[in-house]
Amino acid sequence: MENKKSVEVSPAMNPLIPGNFETGKVNRTPLWKRFVTQRHLQTMALLGVIWMIIFNYIPMYSIIIAFKEYNIVKPISEAPWVGLANFKEFLADDNFVYVMKNTLGISLIKLLIFPLPIIFALFLNEVRSVRFKKSIQTISYLPHFLSWVVLGGILATWLADVGIINNILMALHVIDQPISFLAEPKYFWTIIITSDLWKELGWSAIIYLAAITSISPEMYEAATIDGAGRFQKMWYVTVPTIKGTISILFILAVSGVLNSNFDQIMVLRNSLNDSASNVIDYYVYYTGLLSARFSYSAAIGVFKSVISLILLLIANQVSKKLNDTSLF
Amino acid sequence: MITLNRRTKGEVVFDIVNNIGMLCICFVTLYPIWYVLINAFNDGKDAMLGGIYWIPRKFSLENFSAVFDSPGIMRAMWITVAKTILGVGLHVFFTAMVAYAVSRRELIGGRFYILLGTITMIFGAGLIPTYLLIKDLHLLENFLVYIIPVMFSFFDLIIFMTFFRDIPDGLEEAARIDGANDWSIFLRIVLPVSLPVLATIALFHGVYQWNDYFTGMIYMNNESMQPIQTFLYRVVAQSSSNLMMTAVQGSAVTRTVTSQSIKLATMVVTTLPIVFAYPFLQRYFVKGMMIGSIKG
Repeated sequence: MENKKSVEVSPAMNPLIPGNFETGKVNRTPLWKRFVTQRHLQTMALLGVIWMIIFNYIPMYSIIIAFKEYNIVKPISEAPWVGLANFKEFLADDNFVYVMKNTLGISLIKLLIFPLPIIFALFLNEVRSVRFKKSIQTISYLPHFLSWVVLGGILATWLADVGIINNILMALHVIDQPISFLAEPKYFWTIIITSDLWKELGWSAIIYLAAITSISPEMYEAATIDGAGRFQKMWYVTVPTIKGTISILFILAVSGVLNSNFDQIMVLRNSLNDSASNVIDYYVYYTGLLSARFSYSAAIGVFKSVISLILLLIANQVSKKLNDTSLF
Repeated sequence: MITLNRRTKGEVVFDIVNNIGMLCICFVTLYPIWYVLINAFNDGKDAMLGGIYWIPRKFSLENFSAVFDSPGIMRAMWITVAKTILGVGLHVFFTAMVAYAVSRRELIGGRFYILLGTITMIFGAGLIPTYLLIKDLHLLENFLVYIIPVMFSFFDLIIFMTFFRDIPDGLEEAARIDGANDWSIFLRIVLPVSLPVLATIALFHGVYQWNDYFTGMIYMNNESMQPIQTFLYRVVAQSSSNLMMTAVQGSAVTRTVTSQSIKLATMVVTTLPIVFAYPFLQRYFVKGMMIGSIKG
């Protein structure tokens, strides 16, 4: 590794280029001497590495409890191996089908509305007054900074039996009796999707807007001269230019279909809407921390990570084939 | 140029419709928050009758004084303030320090360190292994559980590193000739010129610290050490009005407040600091998001 580093000299550091003699000389000094010279830098870097070993790599090692029958009173090394028993149990679990249905159902609807922030960014970009545009942007970020706990409080207020939604629906004679929205599973997905969209629409548009502002005005001028209208410019100039950004975010969204917004679910779920609100992330929490079935819960977590990784690789490959954009 | 800017009739219609659409989005975004605000500033018993849509009907600051009078709520607030300030300071300093070291191309093993970090972004260990670690480190029931497990983030490191690599070498070279070592270069040269990226990461981590309820919920059983968001979570998710009234007991009995109105007031108080802070940092974090999304 280190040897390879000293061979791979970037053009700027190339000792053969006059003026870089100093740099060239450094590369010929023995490794340990260079290490001593950069001891301060190494201290800084190694503190970070130590942190990662403790907080990332030790837990990664503990994942082996998914293949064991771990009991909290004994160390992990003493727990007996059980192979894939925990995984088989999850696949045969009565809750497996509806947990998967809820996780995938909510995520797939979120994938369907993936273009909405792009559309918002495209139309926001068409606003002519710079000041108005900036104000809308600032306002649209606002909900992102609210916590899900606070948003849960807002939603509970709005959706209460005497809340504003029931008031309006009753005033319009759409319903006769107030609906307990959060107590009925059939409304849960709608609430999840809508509130997530409300919270993150503006924030998700940031990246697209930033990508759009880097488009050269000359491209639009050329398009205007060719007689393109507003919609044509959006479709033939803006969209193709930000295609790379869109692809990368879409790859990430696809690989995240098994991720739910855990905070959101935690705040809005309750025992009455459980049949629509129990998702993998919640089930990991429920089996692990509430029922103290550590090995089983860890196995569900591993199951999720493996599928997510496979989805990431597939989405990456497909995107590479289709439009030459990929994460790696 | 001038001819290009002349708008056709269709363009004018498009602009009007577009602007109206944008105003609608702003209204939909702001109104739910406004609704909470006016109800929090309204007399609690009166608000129960409903029908307050645009401005408070019976203006009152009682809800807020009940919140500020409650020792339980105020202690939870201070826990939140303390963990946010300490957490942000340590997170920004530590992550920037590691990022500075790995941003230097001559660092021996630099690529290996970056590889180690990249792996942590792809494979997360998950809830249970992390919980077991926190337990083994004796961080359960310990204030430090809010700070140390999140004092480093490789994702933030990438944002820092990208920024540090763009700092002109001349600045560091001049200091080095004057005999400065890497620590003083980092502290006296690199940090002061990196204010935009420091502000971005401070905002991101500050929002996380301020809004996080989960750490307090699973690692802290001692309710007097839980932050305000964990307290609010228990009130909101368990729809526990008792909890709210117990927190303001005594002082509130004679007042016109209800559990609902105090809940709204607490929500307003916990949210205001962030709402006031983010517009000032906006120009920084937009750039930070860009770097993060491209390199991440």
